[in-house]
Amino acid sequence: MKDLIGAVEAIVIGILATMFLYWLGNKIVRSLPRKIKSALEAYVFIGPVLLIIGGFLVWPVIQSIRLSFMEEDLTGATSWVGLQNFRDLFAEDYFWTMIINNILWIAIVPIVTVICGLAMAQFANNVGTKREKIFKSIFFMPMTISFVSAAVIWRYIYAYAPDGQEQVGLLNALWTLVGGTPQAWLQLQQFKINDLLLMVIFVWLNAGFSMVLLSAAIKSVPEDTLEAGRVDGASTRQIFFKIILPQIWPTALAVFITTLIGAMKIFDIVLAMTGGNYNTTVLAQTFFLEYFSYGNTGKAMAAVVLLMAAITPVMIYQIRHYRKMEAAR
Amino acid sequence: MSTFRRLAEKYRLGSTLTLLFLAIIWLIPTIGLLITSLREKTEAQTSGWWVIFTNFAEQNWTTIAYKEMFTSGKLGTSFISSLAVTIPATILPLLFAAYAAYGFTFMRFKGREVYFSIIIGLLVVPLQAALVPVLKMFISFTEKTGIPISGQYAAAWIVHATFAMPLAIYILRNYMSTIPVPLIEAARVDGAENFTIFWRLVFPMSIPALASFAIFQFLWVWNDYLIAFVFVGNEHPVLTYTLLSMLGQHSEGWQTVAAGSFISLSVPLFVFFSLQRYFVRGLTAGAVK
Repeated sequence: MKDLIGAVEAIVIGILATMFLYWLGNKIVRSLPRKIKSALEAYVFIGPVLLIIGGFLVWPVIQSIRLSFMEEDLTGATSWVGLQNFRDLFAEDYFWTMIINNILWIAIVPIVTVICGLAMAQFANNVGTKREKIFKSIFFMPMTISFVSAAVIWRYIYAYAPDGQEQVGLLNALWTLVGGTPQAWLQLQQFKINDLLLMVIFVWLNAGFSMVLLSAAIKSVPEDTLEAGRVDGASTRQIFFKIILPQIWPTALAVFITTLIGAMKIFDIVLAMTGGNYNTTVLAQTFFLEYFSYGNTGKAMAAVVLLMAAITPVMIYQIRHYRKMEAAR
Repeated sequence: MSTFRRLAEKYRLGSTLTLLFLAIIWLIPTIGLLITSLREKTEAQTSGWWVIFTNFAEQNWTTIAYKEMFTSGKLGTSFISSLAVTIPATILPLLFAAYAAYGFTFMRFKGREVYFSIIIGLLVVPLQAALVPVLKMFISFTEKTGIPISGQYAAAWIVHATFAMPLAIYILRNYMSTIPVPLIEAARVDGAENFTIFWRLVFPMSIPALASFAIFQFLWVWNDYLIAFVFVGNEHPVLTYTLLSMLGQHSEGWQTVAAGSFISLSVPLFVFFSLQRYFVRGLTAGAVK
């Protein structure tokens, strides 16, 4: 209870303090001569945010990059080591496994998520409002579930008991039903099966997001273009692939990019399901392990820098895309 | 045959069956969790939850797992901790972001496009990239001033608020730019200051966007593990933290972990079902535009 009261206090104090801050800034700026005033006024509005983002986001990111070229001893003192941290990281046994895993996540997850969402959106679009609403809620619901809860759910599904015992895991129960021998799925490394099973969880969590956006796009496809297709005798399939799909392409791309970023940064699922063991580790998990378990600041930061390097092209694309949209506004 | 076909067409049988199939796949994991959480320990350990379909009446249905979770004290306090982290971390960033979004939408100043491009770029920066230096910053602040931050709720508030800022500004700006500019101009002509225009006109008009972002942020913070682990950790273990450590131990049986995750699920589910409309609107505002 005490904690909650503290939280409420923080909200009240926080709101009052920010309001006072802005009020004061406004007051000061207002008393200045006209010319300086117009130059400074905007900073009353955006200044605090620039400070917060600069101090707690941009500056730390720069520090992270700097630390990737440093070695930290037990006292916390740092010294320049050049590329040694990266060399150490490359020399790890897990390095190539990790890179391959990251590539698999990027290659498989976004496309599957978009296709699932597209199928859900398209089918839900022609079953009438009432059913559509119910189905959409069902698909969307996992989006509200935390990775940790999802891990509880899916660890139970992938649970394993030795042959001959009753299987409480759904996957093994189905597998033995069709005549297979029970498998410890999360340890199964042939064909990267355990990795793929982790990806299933991500798709399960995010397909609803993809569906919502694509559904909105499908609904905004002008009716007369569909009507024109029907008049010309196009089949349902042709209407979807030739008329609807080209028109919702920008949205599909946006969903793809968003999921792509999520797949690149993937961490929680791996941590909660396997802890990166059984060759399922990824960059973000390596950062976590190296820093919090082994205390290798340099190597952890090198992993983060690699992750950022991978994300940078997407970032540049996003900024360019935004600029284009702005210009068209 | 033809009547069947007509009926099938009329009730959209094909699409409905496909959706039904997908819906079952999407629902089963969560349903399995719910059923397991209501089963007795030995039963949960020796048979799959689906046996209830064949012997529903013979099951020893029990809510003991839920009671255990709360009486052992662990989950009760975690629940409070989660709320204490989440509520301020949801509300505080909104105010800052709303001001900034106003500035970016309705004010002209040098470097506006550059600043905003940076914010767009920051949307995709991974959390991990800033974590360690921020942690170091908090620790050295504590060393110099004696005021503890890391391990306190405030640390999580600051970090969550900062990381939410780019998306919040982006969503709010997108929304605010749909407010007709002549309306703002008219207020200016009448002699209103930006400060007044913001509070009297733009802020109230932006309530839908503020609400949808708040829901989004609430779910994100409630479900977060990484920031809670790094900045609050053991001192005020939140639900995700407690659950993950329980999952590591395993000894208490599936039904207790299942009950625990259902408790942690219940809040987002409630938020989702009561505010679904805003939630969906927020998503579309954030990604499509």
